[in-house]
Amino acid sequence: MKQYFSEIYTGGKSLVEGLGVTFKALFQPIVTVQYPREEIDITPNYRGHIDLVLDPEKNTFLCISCGMCEKACPSDCIKIKGEKLEGEKKKTLVLFELDFTKCSLCGACVESCPKDALEFSQEYNLAAFSREAFHFDILKRLEERRT
Amino acid sequence: METISILPPELIRMLIAVIIIISFLFLNAIMMGYLERKIAAHVQRRPGPMEVGFHGILQLIVDGVKLLGKELLIPFKVDRTLFRVAPLLSFTPVILPLLVIPFSEKLQARDLNLGLIFIVSMGSVNVMALLVAGWGSNNKYAMFGAMRAVAQSIAFEIPILLSMLAVVLMCNTFSLKEIVGAQEKIWFVFLQPLAFLIYVIAGVAETNRAPFDLPEAESELTAGFHTEYSGMGFSLFFIGEYTNMFIVASVAAVLFLGGWHGPHLPYGEYLGIVWFFLKVYFLLFLMIMIRWTYPRVRFDQLLNFAWKYLVPFSFVNILITAVLVKL
Repeated sequence: MKQYFSEIYTGGKSLVEGLGVTFKALFQPIVTVQYPREEIDITPNYRGHIDLVLDPEKNTFLCISCGMCEKACPSDCIKIKGEKLEGEKKKTLVLFELDFTKCSLCGACVESCPKDALEFSQEYNLAAFSREAFHFDILKRLEERRT
Repeated sequence: METISILPPELIRMLIAVIIIISFLFLNAIMMGYLERKIAAHVQRRPGPMEVGFHGILQLIVDGVKLLGKELLIPFKVDRTLFRVAPLLSFTPVILPLLVIPFSEKLQARDLNLGLIFIVSMGSVNVMALLVAGWGSNNKYAMFGAMRAVAQSIAFEIPILLSMLAVVLMCNTFSLKEIVGAQEKIWFVFLQPLAFLIYVIAGVAETNRAPFDLPEAESELTAGFHTEYSGMGFSLFFIGEYTNMFIVASVAAVLFLGGWHGPHLPYGEYLGIVWFFLKVYFLLFLMIMIRWTYPRVRFDQLLNFAWKYLVPFSFVNILITAVLVKL
């Protein structure tokens, strides 16, 4: 009998406390954002698809067209091509394509790069109507970023 | 004027009252739906509906239009008559109790001398609507939901009646107007705090709302008795549920919180409705907060709660009341 009443007391008390918690939350600021209208900053650790690193001094890519990333990729989604242009000793990158439909964002390409010429982008708003829209021309993306 | 004078004035009065009540009923469902979603959102620290109108104020109207435009699907092998009748059966009886509720001293469609019993009996019809809906749907989830609804309503109707009876014993009448009239000096919530508490708990259970929402427990029964309903069929259940909440809250306001009584207002016999609505919406706010605070109880816990706690306490309460009234 004593237990019966003590259960009512402790139970009732915790119910009132619970109501207090939700009542407080009612007046606390909102933590979500209305997505398409507001956006929050992406954390620098975010792993989007890969991008070429822009060298700020030379204003171009660091890639030496060695093809390590192409070999490291487990899904064969990177395709690069380097050519010896006239008057240059080394190869220059002329094509860097990423088939993002197959990429699993493992980062093997970024880790295998001897010149640290690859990085993860911050892109997350990826939506399109066709499969081909996800065959990214990474070199073209770099050209667009160049000033 | 000729046509009006051949009709009995009482009939016209009732007709106007019913029209006002039905339109208020839809408005109440829209307001409650909006409030519920907004409060739920803010409890969970989200903004809630924001896109349609200022702070999403038109959201429920848009939802209503969407539901109106939807097809009324009738699933394979259902009992067609019962399936069609159930939403109407859930919606119609909730209009009738509003006819006897005194919104203010002079705003009452009909002052029945058995008003309280009328409300309780109409409340029981609603349970039958849930049973009909569950039975007619040819769906095991709907069936389970309906069975639970019936067991729950039977268990919780007893404490509701007993706590009402405590008030009736004190003022010797079933007429809601006279019950409110008896609370001019002191509200019954101060004389009958236990009965009020029992009434509110059992009332939440009676309207099948969380934490007692077993008949429509989403995680177990998809949507319970209204699983198979689409469009306006679902919508009528939804409106019925919110109106039921309004009735439970307004009966609580009438029995325990002094109905239209409050600080003096000009034209008090009409404007008492302001105090009445403040009390009712305070209780509805409380019911929404309860829904978004507590997790759902298990079925055995639910019935244990009714039979082991609420019923004995209301019996003790009514016994003490009877003795004190007799002294």
